[in-house]
Amino acid sequence: MTDAVRFPRAEATPDHRTVLTAQGIPDGAEVPPRVASLVDEALKIYSTHVDAVGTSVEISIEEFGAIYPGDGRNAHRTPLEAIYPEARRLALFAITVGEPVCAEIRRLFDHGDAALGYTLDTIASTGAEGLADSMARNYELGFSGSGPDVSNVRVLPYSPGYCGWHVSGQAKLFEALRPEGIGITLNSSFLMQPLKSVSGVLVAADREAHDFDIDFAFCTDCADQNCRERIHSVLDDSGGGQ
Amino acid sequence: MDVMQEIGSSLRNGDAKKVAELVQQAIDDGVPAEEILNNGLMSGMKVVGVLFRDHEIFLPEVLLAARAMTAGVDLLKPLLAGGDVPTIGKVVIGTAKGDLHDIGKNLVGIMLKGAGFEVVDLGNDVTAERFVDAALDSGAKVIGISALLTTTMSSMKDVVDLVRERGLDGEIRTIVGGAPVSKDFADEIGADAYGYDAASAVEQVKALAGV
Repeated sequence: MTDAVRFPRAEATPDHRTVLTAQGIPDGAEVPPRVASLVDEALKIYSTHVDAVGTSVEISIEEFGAIYPGDGRNAHRTPLEAIYPEARRLALFAITVGEPVCAEIRRLFDHGDAALGYTLDTIASTGAEGLADSMARNYELGFSGSGPDVSNVRVLPYSPGYCGWHVSGQAKLFEALRPEGIGITLNSSFLMQPLKSVSGVLVAADREAHDFDIDFAFCTDCADQNCRERIHSVLDDSGGGQ
Repeated sequence: MDVMQEIGSSLRNGDAKKVAELVQQAIDDGVPAEEILNNGLMSGMKVVGVLFRDHEIFLPEVLLAARAMTAGVDLLKPLLAGGDVPTIGKVVIGTAKGDLHDIGKNLVGIMLKGAGFEVVDLGNDVTAERFVDAALDSGAKVIGISALLTTTMSSMKDVVDLVRERGLDGEIRTIVGGAPVSKDFADEIGADAYGYDAASAVEQVKALAGV
C-alpha cells in the first residue's frame, strides 16, 4: 500500500547554519552580516512557498530486483546491488519541497537577483535532502516492536543517478511508486519535476551491510564522495536502533 | 579614498545601495560613464573575482557584489554609447541536453558578466545544434556547457563533436564544467577547456577568448 505524508514546514526547513555550510561557509568562519541577512531573507521566502510532501511503498527484495536494473544502463558493478539483497525491508519513496519554491527560484534568477535565488536554491536542495533523511528515520522508527533482533538495523536512502544506479532507473521506480499522486512527474530525460525532489529506495539493513569500499569505476569521477559520511552515520550510530 | 576606490570597496561589501549612491555621485561630478564603469565597477568586480578564486570570500559574497554592480550599471546604461555596456567578448552558455540543473551555469554566467563578457544564456536542456547555432548567430567565440548528472555528461561530447563536424574548431572554442565533470573528461571528449568552478571558468574563458 502506498503511504502519502505531508511534512510540517519546520521539518522541511534547514536551519541557518546548515544553509551556510551548504553554501561552502564552514563552521567557525566569519559570516559577513549581509550574507547572514540574505540567508534569513531566503528562509522567510522558503517558509511561505514550501509545500513538502512524500510518498512511500513497501516492496520485496524480489520486486526491487526487477526494478533496480532499469533498462540495463547501470554501472557494471554497484554498491547497491550488493546491499539490497541483505535488506530486512525495502521501501520505494519520493519527496518534494513543492513546485512553488522551484518557481520562486526561477523567478528570482529571471529578475536578476542571483544572490537571493542561489540562496533559496541551496535551502530547497538542503530541505529536500533533509526530507529524504526524515523518510529514512520514520521508516526506521517503524521497526519498533517488530522483533528482538532489530537493534542493529539502520535505514539509508539510495537514489537513481548516484553510485552507478543509472538515472533511467527512475522509469521503473515511478511505475511502481506512482508519485504523480503527490505532484512529482518524470520528464523524458528521467529528471523529476518539481526539480527539488528526491526519489529512491529506503534500505533497512544491518548497519554493516551499508558499508562499502570506494573502489568502483565511477568513484574516480565523484567530486564529493559523501557516501563516506552516510556510511559513518550508520556505522558510528550506537545510540539509535529500536 | 577617491570615489572609484569607494565604489570598488562598496562593491566588495555587496552594498548595492552605497554603490548606487556613489555611482550617482560620480555621474553628478561629471565623471565619464565609461570611466566609472571601468575604473570603479569593473575593477572592483575584478578584485572580487580574485578574492573568490583565492578562497578569501565565499560565493554568496560574490553574488551580492554582482547585485551591487548591477545597481551601478543600471545608472550608467543610459549614459553609455547606444545604451550598451561595452563587453570584452561573447559567450554562449547552457546546461547539457537532458539536464535541468542550472544553478552552476547561472553562477558562471553572473561571473562572466562581472568580468565583462556578454552572455547568451540558452537555459537548460540545450541540444548540440542550439549551442552551435546560437554561437554562430551571436558571433560568440566560446560555448560553455554545464552538467550536474553523470548521465548527461555524454551530451557535452555531442556539442564538441558538432563544432568539429561543422568545421568550426579553432573558431568556436568549448569549455565544460559541473559537479561530475573533470579535466580528464574534458580532455577525453576533446573540449578546449575545463572549468573547475565558476572562478576558474571565467579565467579559462578569458584565455579561450584571448582577452
